[in-house]
Amino acid sequence: MQKEIIIAGFGGQGVLFGGQVLAYAAMDTGKDVTWIPSYGPEMRGGTANCTVVIADHEIGSPLVKNPPLAIALNLPSFDKYEPMLASGGTLIVNQSMVDHSAQRSDIHTIFVPCNEIAEEIGDKKLMNMVAIGAMLTALPEIKIEDVEKALEAHLPARHKHLLPKNYEALKRGFEHAQKEWDKVPCEQVQNGTLFEELCLNEPGHGLHSSLSPIL
Amino acid sequence: MPKELWKGNEAIAEAAVRAGLEAYFGYPITPQTEILEYLSRRMPELGRAFVQAESELGAINMVYGAACTGVRVMSSSSSPGVSLMMEGISYIAGTEVPAVLVNVMRGGPGLGNIAPAQADYNQAVHGGGHGDYQPIVLAPASVQEAIDLMVLSFDLAEKYRSVCMMILDGCVGQMMEPAQMPEMRPVHRENWDWATNGKMGKRERRILSSIYIEPAEEEKMNLRLLNRWQTIQANEVRYKEYFLDDAEIVIVGFGTAGRVALSAVREARAEGIKVGLLRPVTVSPFPSEVIEQLAGRVDAFLVTEMNSGQMLEDVRLAVKGRVPVEFYGRLGGMVPFPDEILNEIHRMAKSKMAVNANPRDAWLARMATA
Repeated sequence: MQKEIIIAGFGGQGVLFGGQVLAYAAMDTGKDVTWIPSYGPEMRGGTANCTVVIADHEIGSPLVKNPPLAIALNLPSFDKYEPMLASGGTLIVNQSMVDHSAQRSDIHTIFVPCNEIAEEIGDKKLMNMVAIGAMLTALPEIKIEDVEKALEAHLPARHKHLLPKNYEALKRGFEHAQKEWDKVPCEQVQNGTLFEELCLNEPGHGLHSSLSPIL
Repeated sequence: MPKELWKGNEAIAEAAVRAGLEAYFGYPITPQTEILEYLSRRMPELGRAFVQAESELGAINMVYGAACTGVRVMSSSSSPGVSLMMEGISYIAGTEVPAVLVNVMRGGPGLGNIAPAQADYNQAVHGGGHGDYQPIVLAPASVQEAIDLMVLSFDLAEKYRSVCMMILDGCVGQMMEPAQMPEMRPVHRENWDWATNGKMGKRERRILSSIYIEPAEEEKMNLRLLNRWQTIQANEVRYKEYFLDDAEIVIVGFGTAGRVALSAVREARAEGIKVGLLRPVTVSPFPSEVIEQLAGRVDAFLVTEMNSGQMLEDVRLAVKGRVPVEFYGRLGGMVPFPDEILNEIHRMAKSKMAVNANPRDAWLARMATA
């Protein structure tokens, strides 16, 4: 099993921390994991991204050209990563920050209004956790409880009071994405072979059970 | 001790502390700054010395001075900063005192950029500073390996009174991976018979210097270094093997280029291509012997580096023209993706370069037509 995830957005949207939370969850559930940021001048404003690789063997390349999974938290990231996704992959898009629909039909693009959901919970900074929650619908190797435990174990003590809201953000993101998956018609998966190769053939792979309608 | 998620640079810093680092001197430069930043907090906390020098020149000469007293001392920098340190490194080598250095390499030459690169291989392995000396050079490919080799660096430097440099690219420095820290070793000052740590009226005065005015004396000193180097070559070679048992094509790559190649090797193996990977962990001393042995039973080598083929020459020396040694590289801060190396494996599985062809020319010709 190996899965690669790119998380991208503006600096300050919690891109790097979102990736770290996934990495902690992977580590705590006994997987090998790498997390690598873009560490260029973009760290000081502009776009930021990180790549997380999760595997059950020694990880080779920590970087990936065509990831099966990505989160785009803003418009530039949507435009940049949509063409790069592996066919059959899943792209979680922060609907609050984009103004057009998906261009590709061979990937699953799940729109989630992360900003609005975060604001409903009471803190717009939680938008990264909403997106991570949504991403988990396409990453069955990591369960929502794994991420919750990781947050609890690794969040600095001074932030511990934020845990319940983080849990809620994860849950709301997950639930929203599940509803979006249910709307996806079977026919949209044009390239069934590629999709199966990516998601089904390897042991441990396979989409979340709630996604069965699209298969 | 349980695994924690460590960033490469910070892991190196903590590992050095746990290995008994008593003094750190450095100057900030990306993508290495987290080492200095981490130690600026950690060292004073433990009552140990941390100085941000006025420049890399200042830092390396502070290292030189501290090394003469026999304490565990290090500096770290990135490519342009390490170039500035070269004079001091040669003086340290010429004075035969142990010193540990870390180079988190970035794109060059010149000011270059801050992206990951391996283009300082020749500077680290084949010289850099003037004069005849051979540093020990370690090349980790993961955060755990960086921790382990950081600790080893101090032991090797002291054992051989040598410069020990760890070279890693920005990828390993910036990456986070689960890793296990060693136990904290107590600071322990060895009673070295060479250290200039104050005679306290109890012993003969010691002088440490790299000056040998008499050429005959300097020649003796050079021979002493060389004899020590022979011992290092015989005892300290380290490398990691992947899928070599039945390999027909062997990839040789260090650091990040090596681990990217591992992804390509796995994919090629899944297709039934008999390819393996040799990842040098010490690039100086170089694992020439194992490459020489492999050359007797494999069909070809592919050297992958994030430079224009610097380690390539060391592989060619070991293979001695018996089988083709091909090359694939990315330059200037570019990191190869696994599919680029997989393409090379596919090509070589069909047809290999002639043994006497120049691998760098052949690679450039392929790039030109791609």
